[in-house]
Amino acid sequence: MAPLVEMIDVSIAFGGVQAVDKCSITLEAGEVVGLLGHNGAGKSTLIKMLSGAYKMDSGKIFIEGEKVVINSPRDSRDYNIETIYQTLALADNLDAASNLFLGRELTTRLGFVDDDRMEAETRKIMSRLNPNFKKLKDPVSALSGGQRQSVAIARAVYFNAKILIMDEPTAALGVHETEMVADLIKELKEQGLGIFLISHDTREMMELCDRVAVMKNGRMVGMERVEDVTEDDILSMIILGKNPKAVAA
Amino acid sequence: MSDQTAQAPEVQSSTSPKRNVLQALELDIRLLGMIGAFFVIAVGFHLYTGFSRAGFSLGMLTEGTFLTPRNLFNLSIQTASVAIMATGMVFIIVMRHIDLSVGALLCTCSAVMAMTQTSILPDMFNLPLGHPMIPWIAILAGLIVGLIIGSFQGWLIGYQLIPAFIVTLGGFLVWRNVGWFMTDGATIGPLDPTFQLFGGISGTLGESWSWLIGCLASVAAVFLMLSARRTRVSHGFPVKPVSAEIAISAIVVASILGFIAVMNSYEVPIRVIERDFADYGCATAENCSASYGLPISVIVLLVVAIVMTVIAQRTRLGRYIFATGGNPDATKLTGVNTRLLTVKIFAIMGVLCAIAAIVASARQTYHTNDIGTLDELRVIAAAVIGGTALAGGIGTIYGAIIGALIMQSLQSGMAMVGVDAPYQNIVVGAVLVLAVWVDIQYRKKTGAK
Repeated sequence: MAPLVEMIDVSIAFGGVQAVDKCSITLEAGEVVGLLGHNGAGKSTLIKMLSGAYKMDSGKIFIEGEKVVINSPRDSRDYNIETIYQTLALADNLDAASNLFLGRELTTRLGFVDDDRMEAETRKIMSRLNPNFKKLKDPVSALSGGQRQSVAIARAVYFNAKILIMDEPTAALGVHETEMVADLIKELKEQGLGIFLISHDTREMMELCDRVAVMKNGRMVGMERVEDVTEDDILSMIILGKNPKAVAA
Repeated sequence: MSDQTAQAPEVQSSTSPKRNVLQALELDIRLLGMIGAFFVIAVGFHLYTGFSRAGFSLGMLTEGTFLTPRNLFNLSIQTASVAIMATGMVFIIVMRHIDLSVGALLCTCSAVMAMTQTSILPDMFNLPLGHPMIPWIAILAGLIVGLIIGSFQGWLIGYQLIPAFIVTLGGFLVWRNVGWFMTDGATIGPLDPTFQLFGGISGTLGESWSWLIGCLASVAAVFLMLSARRTRVSHGFPVKPVSAEIAISAIVVASILGFIAVMNSYEVPIRVIERDFADYGCATAENCSASYGLPISVIVLLVVAIVMTVIAQRTRLGRYIFATGGNPDATKLTGVNTRLLTVKIFAIMGVLCAIAAIVASARQTYHTNDIGTLDELRVIAAAVIGGTALAGGIGTIYGAIIGALIMQSLQSGMAMVGVDAPYQNIVVGAVLVLAVWVDIQYRKKTGAK
């Protein structure tokens, strides 16, 4: 069976900088693939071509074996790809429901936005994700880091994503909240979602991911199953940009 | 239903009794503050004018000239044009842009409408002056020109990425002088009599129609509040106590009917009635009395306000405008076309400038070259005094309208008291800065951004 996502020889340059250079990566359903690398290695850029934030210069993307063209965030959403950005991408002046449904508002028969229905749906999903979440009417700027994270995650989960991209989902969180996110990742994985996870935390990645891909200077250094490598192997891939396994073989 | 009744006492016990009244009413404190400021200004000028006529006595109250039907009527028609544009400026500022060209754009639209009705249609299309279609074609022409110019400026800003400040600063010079060019600098008029109805004193509804509109508006307001409550109950959300709901409805209805009563108690002077007593439904001039009632320009403003509020709160367009103001990048990432959105808000602004041009030129019954001069600053000041944050994302339509009203009250109050023109502008400028300072302090206190 074709993989859920297959990106082949994808490249993008900004000005003279080759940010991503002919990278290929795959993702299966029910699998978590971690992307590792230094700041500026190209992880976020690679993934933004899948989420539609950037348009790739060359390469191909297949989703469930079918070639697709992603030119905008909207295209990406149409393929059930949801993204949780590092910055959370929330409009701080709006409340949780408005953020959750931003760009996909529920409307009444007359075409007006249906705030009450959106609030009701937000209450429903929040009671599942973060039962302590009560400030539904406040602008999200008034929420804690963890609560803001819940809004961002709820936005991705609510719309029945098949493919989930999480860019440093735990960067701004406390210990307890990090655990909640980890549990959620496991739960979503069991439901058969494919997840791309970007993080700097190698140990966390070893625990959560099935495979890890390491990037350096816009190139793919290697893609390995976590049980085949040690944390040290990954670290040396990140730092040296060489795959020790490939060298050994 | 059962879990609601169980929840209610818990919610109430968690708040202190002192804040309970305000919270129960869920009133907007900022709105109360602005209305309070307006009352302070109005009562202050009223007492001052009364004092200068009657000295320090009870006569201060009765002899004052600010809180009279006549002055409030004039205030409302003087505010209309700037208030109409201020509603559009809210969207622009919320999206972190600015529009310095509104006064000049008003001038161009006004010139187009004046030329259409006095020269283009009669001379080129042989429609005789006074033909019933003339005012409507002229208005349509003005609205289209406003829409096109607004969209063009929006396109320069949204798609060509020229800063709004620059585009509209250029527009400020261009459109003022395009208007001048079209009319060769001449004053154009008198404008069509039907067209003049949109201006103010010559276009009012009269007593019975005003009451009818007031009653309809009251019924509609109560109905809307009831249906909003019903949907919240059906979703099982917490709602305000019934007593609070009744109190707010009473305040709203009293304000609407009170406003109508004031407009209706401004009576047409006898001399005016004597001229055309048949127009006021009298057989003879003797014992004939009539009231002006609601000015049509104010109805235009209210319709604009309702439409703009619905756009802001109930449509995707409005939601995206505010989301973009809060976080442009995030909004883009959710698939919203923020460039097109920029074109749309400037297009709306252009149409509103044209509507304001109808009101402004009809009020002075002529098109003049200096029409709308300095309006850009009044409009921006009205929006900002009304609580629109220049950092984007925050602002309300009603706030901008009250802001315009506060500015106009200050200006005409000072004129009535006899403050010299330079001092008037000094005060208005200082008030603008003060209002923003108060707003910043308020936001710090409440912890809002």
